[in-house]
Amino acid sequence: MKTADICFHLKCDMEKSAKSVVASVCKKFDHDGIRIIDILREVQKRLGCINGDTMELLADELSSHRVEIEGLVSFYSFFSEEPKGNITIRLCDDIIDRFAGVKEIAGVFTDELGISMNETTADGIFSLEYTPCIGMSDQAPAALINDVVATNLTPRSARTLARNLKKNHDPSKLVKKRGDGNNAGRLINAMVRNNIRRKGEVLFADRISSGAGLRAALKRKPDEVIQDVRDSGLRGRGGAGFSTGLKWDLAARADAKERYVICNADEGEPGTFKDRVLLTERADLMFEGMTIAAYAIGSKKGILYLRAEYEYLLPYLESVLGKRRKAGRLGKNISGKKGFTFEIRIQLGAGAYICGEESSLISSCEGLRGEPKNRPPFPVEKGYLGHPTIVNNVETFCCAARILDKGAHWFSAIGTDESRGTKLLSIAGDCSKPGIYEMPFGMKVSDVLDMAGAEDPAIVQVGGASGEMIGRTAFNRRICFEDLPTGGSFMTFSSNRNVLSIVDYFLEFFIHESCGYCTPCRVGNVFLRERIQKVMNGFAEEADLEYLKDLSTTIMMTSRCGLGNTSPKPVVSSIAHFPIVYASLTRESTQGFQASFDIQSALAESRRIARRQSMIYDPVYGESSE
Amino acid sequence: MSKTVKFKIDGVKIKGRAGQTIMDAADDAGIYIPRLCDVEGLSPQGSCRVCTVKVNGRPAAACTQPLTEGMDVENDILEILNYRRDIIRMLLHEGNHLCPICEASGRCELQAMGYRLGILQPAKYPYLQPVRPIDASHPDILLDKNRCIRCGRCIRASKQIDGKNVFGYIGRGIHKGLGVNGRDLAGTNVHVSDKAVAPGTCPVGCIIRKGLGFHEPIGRRKFDKVPIGSDIENPESGRGK
Repeated sequence: MKTADICFHLKCDMEKSAKSVVASVCKKFDHDGIRIIDILREVQKRLGCINGDTMELLADELSSHRVEIEGLVSFYSFFSEEPKGNITIRLCDDIIDRFAGVKEIAGVFTDELGISMNETTADGIFSLEYTPCIGMSDQAPAALINDVVATNLTPRSARTLARNLKKNHDPSKLVKKRGDGNNAGRLINAMVRNNIRRKGEVLFADRISSGAGLRAALKRKPDEVIQDVRDSGLRGRGGAGFSTGLKWDLAARADAKERYVICNADEGEPGTFKDRVLLTERADLMFEGMTIAAYAIGSKKGILYLRAEYEYLLPYLESVLGKRRKAGRLGKNISGKKGFTFEIRIQLGAGAYICGEESSLISSCEGLRGEPKNRPPFPVEKGYLGHPTIVNNVETFCCAARILDKGAHWFSAIGTDESRGTKLLSIAGDCSKPGIYEMPFGMKVSDVLDMAGAEDPAIVQVGGASGEMIGRTAFNRRICFEDLPTGGSFMTFSSNRNVLSIVDYFLEFFIHESCGYCTPCRVGNVFLRERIQKVMNGFAEEADLEYLKDLSTTIMMTSRCGLGNTSPKPVVSSIAHFPIVYASLTRESTQGFQASFDIQSALAESRRIARRQSMIYDPVYGESSE
Repeated sequence: MSKTVKFKIDGVKIKGRAGQTIMDAADDAGIYIPRLCDVEGLSPQGSCRVCTVKVNGRPAAACTQPLTEGMDVENDILEILNYRRDIIRMLLHEGNHLCPICEASGRCELQAMGYRLGILQPAKYPYLQPVRPIDASHPDILLDKNRCIRCGRCIRASKQIDGKNVFGYIGRGIHKGLGVNGRDLAGTNVHVSDKAVAPGTCPVGCIIRKGLGFHEPIGRRKFDKVPIGSDIENPESGRGK
């Protein structure tokens, strides 16, 4: 057969199989358009891509429109219009992983597989790409091979891994040495390590009696439960720090028949991995917190939104839910409380940082592009499918369960005036003990650095990409909402690291992850990065720093959601805390040209085309340049 | 009759109605708040951010922000003007907006907004110069997505007025753009009489009617004599929004 014939036959086969796959997957989800992210995830897995023809099939099956499906496929990173290999290797391209040598690891994979990054092997078996932070910064460089996590990669271990994959085409066989705790269990079966370095009295206390919080809650009236949470001073652990009790109260008081409880496990802030460890070791406590919230606000249905990168935890989380159902802690008449019914489903994401923003997360749960919603109305008034909805972080729900168990005063006695309780920090970077630290709010940055064995700390990024970058003069500041807030990310960098390359990475990240809905965030971050690179390359003048500050203000003031409101923070805070670095990279203009204008590189192309030297700028005019 | 809500724009006392947005109430009071993605007859989406105002000191989009009693709105102040200029510049630099050769010149709202806000030469930012294929597949309508400003007016008009789904957003971040419900525009059920492709729906030169090019002579084009927003500031001159 000629190649064209083979292609034709293959295409016919593909068409037939695409049709049957789409039909069966849509049937599995009852043709429910709200579950379209799940449908697309499965179609992507089975067909390797969701191309235009498949989009039309899906639109027909779901009474949707091709352009709506295309809108979703082109929004979420885990979907692809181009065919992907059966095995997709995603190398974590976080700044921590970059400093830990992910480029070398990439070199090993491209060498072994014979493809470049963002390519698929000719046999259609392997695809290789970079992905933003996968929540493994404490064991970098790391990679996702389908849903299998590979950690602490070295060029040697990466080569062994690649060769094994080539031999058996089975990512699940890669796990040779399992991690600690539940990572070693049959259901998670991962080489991931928890790295819990410091246990506090709230979340990682050694003895937490399962069900105690729920039992205590059910003995009280719903409004008393809310009052307890308010009295405890608990604030949202995702980073924004909104009062949890107030949020519950607003949702409870909203006039509605249905209410929803959503747990945000879309941990995507670069350098954050504390929810990963809570999901591994405290899943039961988290579901308990959700159940308490459901009781408090009068909700019957809950959703755990789990980021796609944590799919390896799904079987375990489902089993925890199953156990809770069996024990009567989910379902009807929970723990004997007549009329209290609550169920939880797990919604997997599909690769979009913005879905960690609560209204985008709700959009994603509804089967939409993960774009933020206009506020007001706030989710507590009109959230999931228009019903009052509370969205809280994994850690927040865990804290709530502990508060009901041990009492509001027990909790509020820990921490500072504005920040009660303990906080989990995910510490990564140039330190000897990266991992999870549970500590009371108010701890000094310098103490945290000592604890983690930070090596020659010079740059500390608190709160992830959207957080603040500080230098040595600010190490006496404290980790709490009133000073340096963080959702958990704490990255330390030694004096060998380049401030500008960190800032540049964060901007690259935000450009990749901006949903593009509003102008300032979509476009402004691109211009910020262009100018930061100009500084990095040594072409900047004093005026460029004013330009950066000015543009940052416009982006922060006019963007529609928290992403754009904070994306210029690495720029603004690095200019404030590292003025000498910027000063050393800016220069006065010379020869009457703008500093950014390099006459030699501008002439290079002209020389090539004209095949001669410049009359003015080259010493020997007229001679061939070749 | 819904309840009256009293509030202020730049110190001027205004009475609006409960349920109105700042934009609606300002329009009724003859105060123009610059905007691009918002247009009468379609639900507001708050994406272009040109209508950013300060409400009790905090920024908000006037087109989506509901009125509340006693709110203090700042619209015509230098700080806000500078934000709006930056946003207009971002849009001008993001796409290919070569006014002298653009068919929409003179009726283009982006161009008119640039003039109104005093941007004489958009040179502040780098030009992104996109190279997106032009969709000329349809017999009556041409799409030049290099000029699209992602306002979504065609998308909403198609859904909310035509009852179709001809257009939709695709992509993410800087790659977010306009998609059509088919392989190309000819593959959709768009009709030349649709509101989605009617003159005035697309504020720029992205959706162009074939066969009518440059039919309005210079001097008689929409914004040749009066700046954008005049219809709201002087309702007698005819509200042709």
